[in-house]
Amino acid sequence: MNAEIQLPATVDLARSYAESGVADVLRELDEQLIGLAPVKQRIRETAALLIVDKARREMGLATGAPTLHMSFTGNPGTGKTTVALKIADLLHRLGYVRKGHLVTVTRDDLVGQYIGHTAPKTKDVLKKAMGGVLFIDEAYYLYRPENERDYGQEAIEILLQVMENNRDDLVVVLAGYGDRMDRFFQSNPGFRSRIAHHIEFPDYTDPELGRICEIMLSDQNYVFDDAGRRAMSEYIGKRRLQPHFANARSIRNALDRARLRQANRLFSTATGPLDAAALSTITEADIRPSRVFAGGLDVDRATKETSA
Amino acid sequence: MKLRQGQFSFLPDLTDDDIRVQAQYAIDRGWAVSVEYTDDPHPRNSYWEMWGHPMFDTPDAAAVVFEVNECRKAHGGKYIRVLAFDASAGWESIRMSFIVGRPLSEPGFRLVRQEDDGRRIRYTIESYAMREPEGARYA
Repeated sequence: MNAEIQLPATVDLARSYAESGVADVLRELDEQLIGLAPVKQRIRETAALLIVDKARREMGLATGAPTLHMSFTGNPGTGKTTVALKIADLLHRLGYVRKGHLVTVTRDDLVGQYIGHTAPKTKDVLKKAMGGVLFIDEAYYLYRPENERDYGQEAIEILLQVMENNRDDLVVVLAGYGDRMDRFFQSNPGFRSRIAHHIEFPDYTDPELGRICEIMLSDQNYVFDDAGRRAMSEYIGKRRLQPHFANARSIRNALDRARLRQANRLFSTATGPLDAAALSTITEADIRPSRVFAGGLDVDRATKETSA
Repeated sequence: MKLRQGQFSFLPDLTDDDIRVQAQYAIDRGWAVSVEYTDDPHPRNSYWEMWGHPMFDTPDAAAVVFEVNECRKAHGGKYIRVLAFDASAGWESIRMSFIVGRPLSEPGFRLVRQEDDGRRIRYTIESYAMREPEGARYA
């Protein structure tokens, strides 16, 4: 009997692609996320790389685990957290992380308030994330150059060390706005070199936001009537030009407020029994009263006037 | 004399990978895994020092291996064990306990005889290491 482990002579990439279930994740990504074409493209490329890498390892060609740490840059509400969830699932199916859970943290979860408080806190979070993906939202807050006694630096050092030494155990995803992340990487070159995949999230276009809006509504069993839909697309165009625009998140908030107005409208105008269609239709009257049509929030208008 | 306490103690020393698999078994059953160390090898010593808190919410055993290695860095010359607690009965009952770190040389135990009333003899054991003060027992 041959005691040596037989390496396979050939690999069938299509089969390992099918067996790993990566196709399901990529399809879900395509179906559930509107737009984001460059992001999907990058994820597809990364998945291909990982499948080939896995095949190489099975044949004894590759050495060591590839660096999988990523950075997601983009404006608020562009789907960074959602994509991170999918990435965790993808890496789990390919066997690069053992559990595939996502731990989402911000500066508060990593940095302590007094001396000696930060290291245990950061290590706790890292331990929780092992076997999965650690998603650090607004990572640039970790580094505060204006305060040289800031404990964020300590968290960064531990993070870098674990990212390097426990590469098989966890994947770190740093996320935040593009320009501030660039500055963060400039002042922490250790991070830039340890992160292999930089993925940029573009803003959604107006039609894309319209489609996202429809999906969000139908998830909650609501529908627009025609006038309502027109009002919403007008709303999206106007909202974009106003401050604090957060892409899909702004839309979700707008819908929440529209539902509130709809409930109030039904409550104050309904005289007889209501049917399901009435209860689940968002009309023009629920969207038009928004302050966005009046030129934004009162506070924003006030600052605009004083600055003008 | 190699200390034989807890599970797997008659097997060769566990590798990091073995520890990970065993700890994962415990985690998958919902038990909290913790790391402890001591330099008092007496079998009736139930007060080992805790290395951090028990890990109640770590889904993957890599965290246990990580802590074991951190503990080895700080207390390399002492005994280190991994415990798994089961809280499902309403109290913390130990389900697993195995040694993952030990001193380079283990001097073993001596038999102590104590003369009692009426020439009765009481027997007990004492580790040779215990003659040294705490912290100086192993190199």
